[in-house]
Amino acid sequence: MSEQRIKRMKDLPSTHLLGAGTPMCSGCGGLEALHQIYDVLGEKTVFINAAGCMTLLSVYPFTPFRGSWLYTAMASAPAGAQGVRDALDILLQRERISQEDDLDVVVLTGDGSAYGMGMSATSGAMDRKLDFLYICYDNEGYGNTGQQYSSATPHAALTATSGGSRGYPGFKKDLFAIWAAHSPAYVATVIGSEPLDLARKIEKARQMQGPRMIIALSPCPTGWQYDPKESVNIGKLAVKTGVWPLKEFVDGKVVHTRIPRQRMPVEDYLQLQGRFSHLFKPEKNASIIAEIQARVDSYWDNVV
Amino acid sequence: MILLRPTTLQQVQEKQMTEQLLTGNAAAAWGARLAAVDYIPAFPITPQTEIIETLGGWIDGGKMDGRMVTLESEHSMITAAGAAAATGVRVFSATSSQGLLHAMEMLYTVAGWRAPFVLVNVSRGLSAPITLGADHSDILAARDSGFLQIHCADCQEVLDSVLMAYRLAEDPAIRLPVLVNLDGFYLSFTREPVSLPDQSTVARFLPPFDAQNIHFTASAPQSQAVAVLGGSPYSYFRYESHLAALNGIDVYQQVATEFAKLFGRQWDAVENYRADDAEIVFYMMGSFATKAKEAVDRLREAGQQIGLVRPRLLRPFPAEIVAGLLAGKQGVIVIDQNLSMGQGGVLHTELTSSLYGKPEAPGIIISFIGGLGGRDISAEEFYEMVSITRKAIASGDTPKPRLLYTDTELREVRKLQAIAMVEQEETSHE
Repeated sequence: MSEQRIKRMKDLPSTHLLGAGTPMCSGCGGLEALHQIYDVLGEKTVFINAAGCMTLLSVYPFTPFRGSWLYTAMASAPAGAQGVRDALDILLQRERISQEDDLDVVVLTGDGSAYGMGMSATSGAMDRKLDFLYICYDNEGYGNTGQQYSSATPHAALTATSGGSRGYPGFKKDLFAIWAAHSPAYVATVIGSEPLDLARKIEKARQMQGPRMIIALSPCPTGWQYDPKESVNIGKLAVKTGVWPLKEFVDGKVVHTRIPRQRMPVEDYLQLQGRFSHLFKPEKNASIIAEIQARVDSYWDNVV
Repeated sequence: MILLRPTTLQQVQEKQMTEQLLTGNAAAAWGARLAAVDYIPAFPITPQTEIIETLGGWIDGGKMDGRMVTLESEHSMITAAGAAAATGVRVFSATSSQGLLHAMEMLYTVAGWRAPFVLVNVSRGLSAPITLGADHSDILAARDSGFLQIHCADCQEVLDSVLMAYRLAEDPAIRLPVLVNLDGFYLSFTREPVSLPDQSTVARFLPPFDAQNIHFTASAPQSQAVAVLGGSPYSYFRYESHLAALNGIDVYQQVATEFAKLFGRQWDAVENYRADDAEIVFYMMGSFATKAKEAVDRLREAGQQIGLVRPRLLRPFPAEIVAGLLAGKQGVIVIDQNLSMGQGGVLHTELTSSLYGKPEAPGIIISFIGGLGGRDISAEEFYEMVSITRKAIASGDTPKPRLLYTDTELREVRKLQAIAMVEQEETSHE
């Protein structure tokens, strides 16, 4: 299946490979994205996991994966991918396993690992042009421990460790730019609520060699404080308001795959989430909302 | 006077062909080369760096198969080592000191994966203050990680122990990684004559890694290192690792016997140097044990019945072998080249606890701390320790642990402090 062949929703894989009944929260935007990613990647994969929500996917003796899995630690999943990839290459080269037994090596971490503790290992893996796929499910905080702020947390968001009237004082780190600065084969942002865009990017990445880096914004009912049924809606609003730009980096260039020409106001995205409720109640904090809107506008002003 | 055995010209030539002057680091690298390792994740750190440079040179020069990759930290290096071993290839790596501690989370983790490989540690004191000289605080910090540990006292032992370590690690009854330790500077950069075993005999002793059920392949999907919920499954897997480590005592004896048959060198789990009829023995690990042997010889010449008991295998701890060698001794001098702050020497603590209640346990076991950060232990200090022990045996009172330090050293440190004070005063007036 080539990327060009995924044109319409009906071109998406019709068989679903990831098992049901995982301990993820209902409405988990990360699991929504992973389902779709796994359908494209298939079962000839080994997932190398770092500490985070998705570590709980594989709890002895159960796993939703049809392929393989290795849990490492919070900081070094890309180094685990290095060891497995190198070992598979050695085994193939010495004909100790057949070509059919080869696996795609996929790193799976949250934003806590990707934006922070695991950044050095990720940088090293890209420096070494490791042939692997990195999936970061980004729910903008240390979700598995109860949503403390991470360097992926957006400005003004309430978290378990930024509960003041102004929320998180910092700004979401631009991981896309940091990864792209390493010139890997591919970097892309995706979101589960845009399945066609997601599948095209994962299929494109699947067919490439070298480091292929994916950041999936993952609406999080428990961390962002909203009704689980709103996950897809919030995901769509993240794109339509321009808060989450869908883009890819290939051959040294950044290309936006969806440009919302008539962007909806960020307020529409913010007001559905309890983590931004302090911007609306007891009274509207127009200045912070305007500040967030201005940052989004400024981003898109620079997109040709 | 020592009488040399008459040798033929052919024997001399053979010896020259196989014996080389090697540093401990080069001996470790030769061990990895002869073990025909597939994969070497690496990271430089003094005093270990020569090991990975030597291996890198051989691989680049086409003298050795295998793939080497330099990671961006020791934490990543051990992750890659464990992950590759969990995929079914033979892995070698090396580190020292701060590097071993930086990797500590992953030492525990990959041991729990039951991923067999060999890691050489070149011992060096820990920060702070940061230093380069050898002691065993680094390797003993990894004591409870699940890695088995072999401690070496000379360069030949380093090479031989790397080969034996693979047999231990890969044994189906064990399947745990093994740390082989040598002391920084005293062994790492000291050249000694080392006999290089020939590759074909090594291949008989150590056939290619039969990974059996350890793999990641498309045709046999596998989840490794998954989470557990609750203390019951957790305890089960932790107990399994402990029992596997304990299997190492018997497996070690078999491996050592086989090694001696093929290569003519006997490396017991615990070295017994003139200890059989000794009244008092030194008990210590690593290269400084060779200094103790020299002291034993001098004291024997002076008519004293002194010996040395040196554990090579520290994990699993060969408690019964140690107890057997120490049974009936009047006194034991434990020299710890490490320091557990607020407790004392690690070897002393372990030895006394393992001997407690044994009917023939020595009555006097005295703790001495020495050799930290590469500080020498002089012959006079060995003699003094024996003299202290004799007095303790006579009185029946075990003295408090001693921190070895001489008046001369203290005077030298006072001089450094004086300089520091003068500089501080002078600069504070500016």
